[in-house]
Amino acid sequence: MEMQEVPYLEMNHVRKSFGSLEVLRDISLTVQQGEVVSIIGPSGSGKSTLLRCATLLETMDEGTLSYLGKSAAIMENGCTVYAKPAELDEIKRSFGLVFQSFHLFPHYSVLKNLIDAPIHVQKRPKEEAVAEAMALLEQMGLADKADAYPHQLSGGQQQRVAIARALALKPEVLFFDEPTSALDPELTGEVLKVIKELAEAHMTMIIVTHEMEFARKVSDRILFMDKGYVVVEGTPETVFRSQNGRIQEFLGKLQQP
Amino acid sequence: MTFHVILTELLNGMLLTVGIFALTLLFSMPLGFLVSFGRMSKQPVIRLITQFYISVMRGTPLMLQLMVVYFLPWYLFKIPLSSFWRFPAIILGFTINYAAYFAEIYRSGIEAIPKGQYEAAKLLGYSRSQTFLRIILPQVCKIILPAATNEIITLVKDTSLAYTLSCIEMFSVAKQIAAAETSMVPFAVAALFYYIFNLLVSFVMNRIEKQMSYY
Ligand SMILES: Nc1ncnc2c1ncn2[C@@H]1O[C@H](COP(=O)(O)OP(=O)(O)OP(=O)(O)O)[C@@H](O)[C@H]1O
Ligand SMILES: [Mg+2]
Repeated sequence: MEMQEVPYLEMNHVRKSFGSLEVLRDISLTVQQGEVVSIIGPSGSGKSTLLRCATLLETMDEGTLSYLGKSAAIMENGCTVYAKPAELDEIKRSFGLVFQSFHLFPHYSVLKNLIDAPIHVQKRPKEEAVAEAMALLEQMGLADKADAYPHQLSGGQQQRVAIARALALKPEVLFFDEPTSALDPELTGEVLKVIKELAEAHMTMIIVTHEMEFARKVSDRILFMDKGYVVVEGTPETVFRSQNGRIQEFLGKLQQP
Repeated sequence: MTFHVILTELLNGMLLTVGIFALTLLFSMPLGFLVSFGRMSKQPVIRLITQFYISVMRGTPLMLQLMVVYFLPWYLFKIPLSSFWRFPAIILGFTINYAAYFAEIYRSGIEAIPKGQYEAAKLLGYSRSQTFLRIILPQVCKIILPAATNEIITLVKDTSLAYTLSCIEMFSVAKQIAAAETSMVPFAVAALFYYIFNLLVSFVMNRIEKQMSYY
């Protein structure tokens, strides 16, 4: 018998409401090691909320969540029960998140943004953290910016620092929530290039994006969300050729100037 | 009384003024944090009590508050008032008053920090106390510096209110000498002292502000 691979991320039947507004209705998502999954869909369809539930920034009303087989949330008597704080802290080490608006720490230099959590959260030796951070900055093409402060960088550079900061903690899964939406078109390219390189290095990633060309090229799988449901899911080919009315409408709108 | 004597007496008063100033800052700045946490507490009872406390401290004259603090032990417990109680009462009165003002300054700074900073810290695994001490507090300090400077300068001048409890700080000395000598000179000298004191405070705060302007 073949060993069943443990999914890196598994979410089942997730529901989430804000007051009377149902934002997520029965969403399931399983991501295997090395997979790149993109989530697309119109504004307000619940993409960010899904990422926020997956990264424990929001609590789900219903549904389960696990990383590498470790349960962060299970269902008990029809509602979600989260693991103990200590277990959640352990599970949190499995993932990182890159925000649309970076959220770098403005009072720390670029290097300190990268090494502060490895040193003070993961208790790694400083020399090791610095060496790894410098290697990451090199990889991001930002080796000369180690001593700069975030406000001295362009948006594209800041976002690359934010990616490096997330990678410095060596997550198994990396989430991106519209990583280029706050950037000019010229700066978008440099960030997408970095993400593409990560995909080639088989980083497991879940990316919410409005960059359709990018999603098509980089993803193993695409989810199209609308009104809290996953309407279409499959390979880029399947999704972009889908005859589903909602996705046609969505892709059509994007093509209009 | 020669000018020299006037100066030495005023300098003695000045020492007390500086003492009130320094001790008030020492106690009220940390206490202000506690009050601001209470003010932002999720517990409605704690929040309301703190809110009430702040509104009383800001809504009534400091002079009156000093008198209340001084006379309260006698009114409540019939503890006879002694001259030993005078100085602690002054420090206590100033501290609870300034803590309220500092609390509101801290709150404005804490509330100005974008939610994203907390979320980024949470994602990176910082504990709550690490998030506050490493990420939030340094940014708050920079934001509140101008408002805190204002408050500290006001405190320098407010120390003169200690005369209400017949504490012989600089202003009281000036008043006594002025009455005895029927001269305005002591007041002028006192004014100069307060002014120089505040110049010093401004200078120090400016240096701190420069130190923090690296980002
Ligand atoms: N904290 C919240 N409180 C109340 N409503 C919320 C909250 N967060 C999100 N919503 C609502 O939930 C719905 C889904 O929001 P969400 O941010 O997940 O959409 P999205 O797909 O990411 O959209 P966009 O493409 O614009 O980023 C929206 O109608 C939004 O107003
Ligand atoms: Mg969103």
